[in-house]
Amino acid sequence: MSTHVLSLLVEDKPGLLTRVAGLFARRGFNIESLAVGHSEIPGLSRITILVDVEDAPLEQVTKQLNKLINVIKIVELDPSQSVQREHLLVKVRADNTTRSQVLEAVTLFRARVVDVATDAVVIEVTGDSGKVAAFLRVLEPYGIKEIAQSGLLAIGRGSKSITERVFKN
Amino acid sequence: MTTEPLPVPSAPTPGAPTAPADAAPEILTGSGAILRTLKMLGVTDVFGLPGGAVIPLYDELMNQDDIRHILVRHEQGAGHAAEGYASSSNRVGVAIATSGPGATNLVTAIADAYMDSVPLLAITGQVFSTLMGTDAFQEADIVGITMPITKHSFLVKRPEDIPAALASAFLICNTGRPGPVLVDITKDAQQMSAPFIWPPKLDLPGYRPITKAHGKQVQAAAALLAEASKPVFYVGGGVIRAQASPELLELAELTGTPIVTTLMARGAFPDSHEQHLGMPGMHGTVAAVLALQEADLIIALGARFDDRVTGKASEFAPNATIVHVDVDPAEIGKIRAADVPIVGDAKDVIADLTVAYREAITTTTPDISEWWTYLRGLREKFPLGYSEPADGLLAPQYVIKRIGELTGPEGVYAAGVGQHQMWAAQFIKYERPNSWLNSGGAGTMGYSVPAAMGAKVAEPDRVVWSIDGDGCFQMTNQELATCTINNIPIKVAIINNSSLGMVRQWQSLFYDGRHSFTDLNTGHGTAMVPDFVKMADAYGALGIRVTSADQVDDAIKLALATNDRPVVIDFIVSRDAMVWPMVPQGVSNSFVQYAKDHAPTWEEE
Repeated sequence: MSTHVLSLLVEDKPGLLTRVAGLFARRGFNIESLAVGHSEIPGLSRITILVDVEDAPLEQVTKQLNKLINVIKIVELDPSQSVQREHLLVKVRADNTTRSQVLEAVTLFRARVVDVATDAVVIEVTGDSGKVAAFLRVLEPYGIKEIAQSGLLAIGRGSKSITERVFKN
Repeated sequence: MTTEPLPVPSAPTPGAPTAPADAAPEILTGSGAILRTLKMLGVTDVFGLPGGAVIPLYDELMNQDDIRHILVRHEQGAGHAAEGYASSSNRVGVAIATSGPGATNLVTAIADAYMDSVPLLAITGQVFSTLMGTDAFQEADIVGITMPITKHSFLVKRPEDIPAALASAFLICNTGRPGPVLVDITKDAQQMSAPFIWPPKLDLPGYRPITKAHGKQVQAAAALLAEASKPVFYVGGGVIRAQASPELLELAELTGTPIVTTLMARGAFPDSHEQHLGMPGMHGTVAAVLALQEADLIIALGARFDDRVTGKASEFAPNATIVHVDVDPAEIGKIRAADVPIVGDAKDVIADLTVAYREAITTTTPDISEWWTYLRGLREKFPLGYSEPADGLLAPQYVIKRIGELTGPEGVYAAGVGQHQMWAAQFIKYERPNSWLNSGGAGTMGYSVPAAMGAKVAEPDRVVWSIDGDGCFQMTNQELATCTINNIPIKVAIINNSSLGMVRQWQSLFYDGRHSFTDLNTGHGTAMVPDFVKMADAYGALGIRVTSADQVDDAIKLALATNDRPVVIDFIVSRDAMVWPMVPQGVSNSFVQYAKDHAPTWEEE
């Protein structure tokens, strides 16, 4: 299996997410992560989906998604031609004996502490999947109490936008 | 953002009241807007059944006579009737149901329409928008329930949104690859009023069906066809939906290519035509099955490589180059990789292919005479046939064959699902598109009677037969009441073998003859519950029982002569008759069996 990043421009309509997610479930495609938010155009949203499929099924995924009436455009983003980021919030055990070591890891990974309690800290970190996973491995020995992680976000490099391409012709 | 405006489909016949440009738009209730919109879209007939959440709509129905509403006895009947209406006439079929159970009763028909690409517009009432999500009386999330089986759906909560939602739904269900679209309208949206503005603005930026194919691809296909020595046209239901039969006939006769028509495409090409090898697939003719299997070029036209056609897909037509023409890009490459993919409407693509082929043969001289010699040999050696049942009872194939012969190609034949469906596909000769209706993809038992009813409403001047099984008939025969009351004189032929026959056949062949729960006790030597003749009588239909071959013609002729009420003929047939030829499930088509334990010989590659 190999992972692919799809960027979907969709109409912001009720049930849209159900249609997309349902399609994946129904056709037996595996979603690794999914992130939804507004796009630069009012009324349209952007969904970034990380799927785990071979190339031939990927073409099926794309074609089936394209059939959804509320899906306007689908682009696969090549890792080398796009910026891909995950966002992680992690609550890790940190008391007087370990806090300095945890903070050192935070510095090394260019993460940020966003909340402090007597025996724990909440850290936020942004990066590609590799960096986020590595950071979690480093924190593991101190005791991870809770994780909240976003789906992958991705955008193409350079000046062109997907939306421009859609609405130009 | 700029998107091209979509054309609003409009009624073929003008004369609808339109306000002058300077006048204020007319104020209509949401219910009135539903009916006015349907009228503007050219809808003349709808099938439905009222309930709490559509009472406002039904109240408005009484105020008009542009649209004929046919009151069914079960919403599933409305759905299949709308399908039969659409499949026999190429017009959109419309079904109306109330919220909750009314809507869920439509689900089977919607799924059926989805599998067979039938333009079905389902309109359902929904509880008050203020009650939605509270588990209100007769509330069901029908948009959610039908999401996987509709081409699209709309939930409408405001009366002013009704015209655009219905016009969009109508456009979506009837363009590109057709399919069912559901519009769920809350009761308050039906009750409240709003200005009726026509035509509405349709906002569908994500809907752009491709109909015109890429010229280079068409030329590539034509070049392959000109060079192939074993070509075959694999014709699917898309050719019927695209109304491309005239174009297909022209291309076929120009190229001399052998043709097979799938279960969904029966009638797309005349059965009487010399180039027609019949139906391929699990119960296809030996010539059609092997033509596909041994071809060096398959041109698939509006067909989707269904497992019932390909057998084991990985071993299907191993030496064939594939040209796949479909209006739905997702069908291309779904099952079998296409060497030349062509996305487009079959009617346009076939016409373009004809032009391109004429061009291509200026430089190549095609020769498929050896291929034809081989295929003709198969056709002569393995014609469709059947043997008389050993128990001395009627052969079901004979009954069906005679119905076709005595009725002729102008009739419409709607089958249920199972053995009788296969025999009706095999032994009735179809000469025109839209004459054969069946549930091909979904395999919905109970399709036949309501579909025949819908077809008779769409095509009142045609003889419409429901060729049904004793099992299927018991699922939807309540629509006989609808037929009698509304003067829709369909003719029902029950091929009564007292069993769930196709399952029984598989049990006989693959489960050591263990006939688990396939006896229905409706036929010969049983309690005959129910008695279909008495049942016909109870429904105000003419009931006839036929038990021997010498009664068959008279019964069919009496049915054909009876047009003041529906007719039900209970043909008591042998339960031991089986559908042959057969490719057992999950094996290569090379293992087609002409009859039990009788495999044809053919050239080994």
